[in-house]
Amino acid sequence: MYALRLWSVRRARLVERVYDLFEPVLVAAAPLLARLGYARLERPVAAIERGLKGLLFDCQMCGRCILSSTGMSCPMNCPKSLRNGPCGGVRENGHCEVKPEMKCAWVQAWEGSRRMSAGDAITERQPPVDHRFKGSSAWLRLLRERGPKPQKSPARS
Amino acid sequence: MNPEANNLIDPGDPLPPLPGHSSRGRLERALRSGRFAVTAELNPPDSADPRDVYERALVLSEVCDAINATDASGANTHMSSVGICSLLTRAGYAVVMQISCRDRNRIAIQGDVLGAAAMGVANILCLTGDGVQAGDQPGAKPVFDLDSTSLLETIRAMRDERRFLSGRKITSPPQVFLGAAVNPFVPPYDWRPLHLAKKIEAGAQFVQSQYCFDMALLRQFMARVRDLGLDERCFILIGVGPLASAKTARWMRSNVPGVHIPDEIIARLEGAKDQKREGKRLCIELIQQLREEKGVAGVHVMAYRQEEFVSEIIVESGALGGRRGAHRTAREITQS
Repeated sequence: MYALRLWSVRRARLVERVYDLFEPVLVAAAPLLARLGYARLERPVAAIERGLKGLLFDCQMCGRCILSSTGMSCPMNCPKSLRNGPCGGVRENGHCEVKPEMKCAWVQAWEGSRRMSAGDAITERQPPVDHRFKGSSAWLRLLRERGPKPQKSPARS
Repeated sequence: MNPEANNLIDPGDPLPPLPGHSSRGRLERALRSGRFAVTAELNPPDSADPRDVYERALVLSEVCDAINATDASGANTHMSSVGICSLLTRAGYAVVMQISCRDRNRIAIQGDVLGAAAMGVANILCLTGDGVQAGDQPGAKPVFDLDSTSLLETIRAMRDERRFLSGRKITSPPQVFLGAAVNPFVPPYDWRPLHLAKKIEAGAQFVQSQYCFDMALLRQFMARVRDLGLDERCFILIGVGPLASAKTARWMRSNVPGVHIPDEIIARLEGAKDQKREGKRLCIELIQQLREEKGVAGVHVMAYRQEEFVSEIIVESGALGGRRGAHRTAREITQS
């Protein structure tokens, strides 16, 4: 929802704090989630993620969430799906070249990042989107990559 | 390689390699030599006749260090940048091949980069591209698989690490000088210099800007760029072009994405007896001011539908500093 999306950027500092609290909880729950099986959790977790982030950020479920590096403005709302900053077509009023009625997702991102304590992450380069991840849960992906790895059975000596 | 195969190689633009240079092209040499460089955009033909390309290139090449071949700019179909570059490199011209992310995905683009370098393209400009809504086929599918920054990084890895995005090896890497676009004249203004820094990190060695009609805004941008030391890590060419009339200026301002024209400029054109001549004079004055601006390495001339003025503008502005342009063997080739 557009109005809520703008609100999230205005409250980027608050949203960042909530995320900062939420992430350790998720990481702590990782062993449990791993035991339940990420594959089995994929659909329900993706559904929750879609509902929550869809409401707050107009999340497009790219599967590789970088909201914390983009001032809490989802870059997938950019009609050119740019991941590294604004294009050169931004209108003088800060609106989008393609959709004149919409504020540029990257002008928003810059403003949001200035409100965040770790907002300078916006200057980091982002790799191209992996289109295989579309529609999947970014939270579970983060856990799979950063969380504890499933224990392998020790090699026999 | 057998000696006969050598005869099949058309060297196009490449000159003998120099240490510390990424490409074997003339633009990189001109910029690294420290002299004020000039590039110019070729108006791409809506035709399949190579003469339409050669006629336009001949006029430009006499006054510039490299010719930009646009990639369906404004989201309108014209002869492709690959096609134009193949004609121009064949005739020995120095080109800047523009690649837009709008129409092709990463698979197609990486293939084009290898093909272009094989033809003798020494410079590639990485662009996001205008949205499809800007052109005459707004129903087209916008691709935007990469963005300009990831495109820069992709080509740099192809050149320096000899690998595709997938990691697969490239046996002979594309030796290209990498460029990007900047637009200091639209929001978010305070981020634009940092955005340039990001593009430099991603591999940009030169940038060509959107049309500049607002020196005050440019000076503000350049001051920050110098503070960040970016002008020492990247050659900055500023976009300029003549405005045909106040009416054209108004039209461009509202129809061409990213073009900012201050009211004073339009008022000045409106007040002139001969608007076309005033537009030309304005452009010349701007080039002269840009030559004085520290950190500006050259100008990029875009004279949409006014190509006949380009050489007069560049010569009268003194941008060439007495030297001749990159014109080499092209005349003989096109005349034979």
